[in-house]
Amino acid sequence: MRYLLAIPALAALAALPMVFGDYGTGLLVGLAGYVTLVTSWAMFSGPTRYISLATVAFFGVGAYTVAVLNEVLPYPLVLLCAAGIGATMALLVGLSTLRLAGIYFVIFSFGLAELVRQLITWFEVNVTGTLGRYIFLDLEAKHIYWQLLALGAATLVLSAWIRRSRLGLALRVIGDDETVAAHSGINLARTKLVLFVVSATIITLVGAIQAPRWVYVEPSIVFNPTVSFLTVIMALLGGATRLWGPLCGAVPLFLLFEWLSARFPDHFSILLGLMFMAVVYALPDGVLAAIEKVRHRGNGTSATKPAKEASA
Amino acid sequence: MFLSTLFLGLVLGGTYALLALGLSLQYGIARIMNLAYGEFMLLACFAVTMMFTSWGLGPLWGLLIVVPLGYALGWIIHTVMMRPLIKRSGGGGRLEVDTILATFGLLFVVQGLMLVTFGSDFTSYSYLNQGIGILGTTIAANRLIAFVVSLVIGFGLYAVLIRTRWGRALRAVALAPDSAYLVGIDVGKLGRQGFALGGALAAAGGALVSMFQTFSATDGVVFTMKALIVVIMGGVGNILGALIAGLLLGLAETFVAAFIDPGLTMAATYTMFLAVLLWRPTGLFGRAGG
Repeated sequence: MRYLLAIPALAALAALPMVFGDYGTGLLVGLAGYVTLVTSWAMFSGPTRYISLATVAFFGVGAYTVAVLNEVLPYPLVLLCAAGIGATMALLVGLSTLRLAGIYFVIFSFGLAELVRQLITWFEVNVTGTLGRYIFLDLEAKHIYWQLLALGAATLVLSAWIRRSRLGLALRVIGDDETVAAHSGINLARTKLVLFVVSATIITLVGAIQAPRWVYVEPSIVFNPTVSFLTVIMALLGGATRLWGPLCGAVPLFLLFEWLSARFPDHFSILLGLMFMAVVYALPDGVLAAIEKVRHRGNGTSATKPAKEASA
Repeated sequence: MFLSTLFLGLVLGGTYALLALGLSLQYGIARIMNLAYGEFMLLACFAVTMMFTSWGLGPLWGLLIVVPLGYALGWIIHTVMMRPLIKRSGGGGRLEVDTILATFGLLFVVQGLMLVTFGSDFTSYSYLNQGIGILGTTIAANRLIAFVVSLVIGFGLYAVLIRTRWGRALRAVALAPDSAYLVGIDVGKLGRQGFALGGALAAAGGALVSMFQTFSATDGVVFTMKALIVVIMGGVGNILGALIAGLLLGLAETFVAAFIDPGLTMAATYTMFLAVLLWRPTGLFGRAGG
């Protein structure tokens, strides 16, 4: 029954660009993009607690692939290429770091975007001689939004499926205790690797789909570290271990950030950082967990009150 | 060409080693992975530059001022920001994730503050920029001074950690945080001191780097990354390892910049990091399983 409800909900979401104007549709593109980014980020980093700070490395690779190939190949093939490149990169990163303790992965991901940005810049300047490319694709904002909506819905379904499968269970055990996981016969490295590659491929696709919004693309535009930062804070706010957590974190924060970046462009990064710290300190398990806690407490007191009154 | 590149590499490596030493103390003793480390180093860069350009105070005097300030700032950050996280985690593995996230947020705050205050332009100043001839090659005096001071601070710290009672206590906390208190060591206090000491070293490294390199408010991530790579190459908590790994990294970067392409230094850094991860994840000088 609940699955049937998803169809009208999706249809309603898809119809939104007809209601909103150009500005509203632009917002919807960003919103759908971040919901998808955060959901796929949480797919891997949520249960394993391997914080990936490299979201924009994959996102940027996706966008840049489109910038390079958009005049050479038909659009679906371009997307396929982007996904392939993202998956290969994730495989290489995963193979070299995921066999080790989580800290190595975090450190590696911390500088990965900067590395990829510098490498692409170097390659463009020295080999091809063109820094900065144009994307001429016949895609309007609403077309991009529909693609992102479809990808986002698919990501949520995939995420829900993984949570129920043996793979998701294995991942949660790894997140709780790697030693226990290894002793119960879970192939640690392979499980982590599979999930990381899936999550990174989706992130790459988001970048690829959003790329036509820019028209002009150069490495410093698509490898903007704020994207990695926003993804992590959105996931944390909603709760990275829950299916709907990323969505609950991404929607309010995206709208807030849109407003903040228009209102305080110079102090944006300070505000972001302060908000990030506020989330880490005040809502360590996310807002959904906090609401549940409050509710439990509420239920608890209402359950004990009558008993007290009765005894008194 | 070769000899001068070698000298330049060693000199750069000396400062990297010093930077990495601070990060290594913070992670090894206080168990806090400080992703905002490069930002603190940049704060020292800007402070020394300001003192030099507006008061005419030489960077070596500036060093004497920013190092205690770095210690104080490290102490304050540990007390205000890290202690609640340490309390919350109860000594579990959660602390690592929490501190990574908290310092990641701090990174953006400090970077934002620096951008607002100093702008995003590259900054540098000219101090003792004349060449000194060594073995037939010339090297800028400021680089040479920075190298000597790095080594003095680095080996001085090594001597303190090895020879003094305080240093032994710090090493005990790094080695066995769960049992150090059994021999009467105040683990919390020494963790705080280790973190503050790391802050002092970040300030020292920043002051020295500013003497010979241009920098901008957004460079913090790259410096943190280099320090992290040196720490991992040398082995966490291994001071001599960090010194040697720092020199190696400096050499690799300078040689790649001189003989291959300056745009590929970061790639060279990362290649070394990857090689170490694949070949000896416990560090070049670490013991297996350590």
